[in-house]
Amino acid sequence: MTDPTGNTAAKPEALSGTYIYDGRMAQKGYAVNKMFMSLKDAENRAAFKQDEAGYAARYGLTEEQIAPIRDRDLVGILRQGGNIYYVWKIASILGWNMRQVCANQASMTLEDFMKDRYPHWRAEG
Amino acid sequence: MARIVGGIGISHIPALVPIQDHGDETVGEHAPFFTGCVPVRDWLAGQKPDIAVVVYNDHGLNFFLDAMPTFAMGAAPAYECGDEGWGKRPLPPLPGAQDLSWHLMERLVGAEFDLTLCQEMELDHGASMPLRSLWKPDPDWPVRIVPLAVNVIQHPLPSPKRCYDLGRALGAAIASWPGDEKIVVLGTGGMSHQLQGERAGFVNPEFDGWLMDTLVADPERLAALTIDDFIRGAGTEGAEMIMWLVMRGALGADCRELHRNYVVPISVTAAGIQLIETAAQGTGL
Repeated sequence: MTDPTGNTAAKPEALSGTYIYDGRMAQKGYAVNKMFMSLKDAENRAAFKQDEAGYAARYGLTEEQIAPIRDRDLVGILRQGGNIYYVWKIASILGWNMRQVCANQASMTLEDFMKDRYPHWRAEG
Repeated sequence: MARIVGGIGISHIPALVPIQDHGDETVGEHAPFFTGCVPVRDWLAGQKPDIAVVVYNDHGLNFFLDAMPTFAMGAAPAYECGDEGWGKRPLPPLPGAQDLSWHLMERLVGAEFDLTLCQEMELDHGASMPLRSLWKPDPDWPVRIVPLAVNVIQHPLPSPKRCYDLGRALGAAIASWPGDEKIVVLGTGGMSHQLQGERAGFVNPEFDGWLMDTLVADPERLAALTIDDFIRGAGTEGAEMIMWLVMRGALGADCRELHRNYVVPISVTAAGIQLIETAAQGTGL
């Protein structure tokens, strides 16, 4: 290959820090994602905010799946089968932007994350 | 006979939704993205396409994992911009081009692309943010749409080649529509970005630049890549670039790039817009 896609011998699941949402993860995380999908409704968001663990239990999440939600450990949620296209609604609950969502997963402060990922980026003002 | 006037590749970024709805797009970090849309808006104002075929992906609004179509086409009279978790957007529903949707379904299924047809469909930022970047409802939208959703959420994803071939079949299906509408095809999503895992925040300007060049000059080269290649080169969510391949496939061989803009980062995304005009048009910017 002469294009910049890199070494085609490496499978993406072997890429450090990347979670491929395949059938195994889709089965494991069905309840997790169903719960996050439900947060598209305002009344469900209110109910979740009032009692996160109780709300999650109603969707059938296991204690292992509830724990990373309680701990705001987004990578932990992914490891429990969460898919970011559903899990990202947690940003609405937490009042986070996507930079905070990503910095959380990178285990960095927001400032360190921005400097590391986007070296040419400069904060406004 | 309907004709495709051109295609537009454009990122979709949820962080820009509140700016479109309540903010000022001319100031702040995001301003260079919107500035880069202006030549495309001007081109659209000149071309006045009647219908936009919008290739996009859902983000947990209309489709859940209970039934995830690989490809789905809307055939609704109108499409609401639904609540993704932050409330509904203050936008009027997008009017649908129902007759064209059904025609495209007939032709595409006839060509052995077995899409799921949806008579109801809510749109999320994946479609509404690009649409609002290109048109402004005043008070109604000046364009009707045919949404075409691609699964980029649950693997296996459709291959880049399948997406490109779907685009080619889409172009032929549009050309066979007896109406005289002018049609533009949008491929949304990308460019390089990754929203998940410890690798979150990954971007790759070198890959994106190569991709824009190759999309115009040698799309079959991109169609020969694998989903794994896109994930390595552009990040997990960078695999959304397969939707630009659908758009490119619909344009045919004879087309040229009129404009591109690229900004890193908007939110956490390498944000691009690229305007490709079909040769039949030839009016330029």
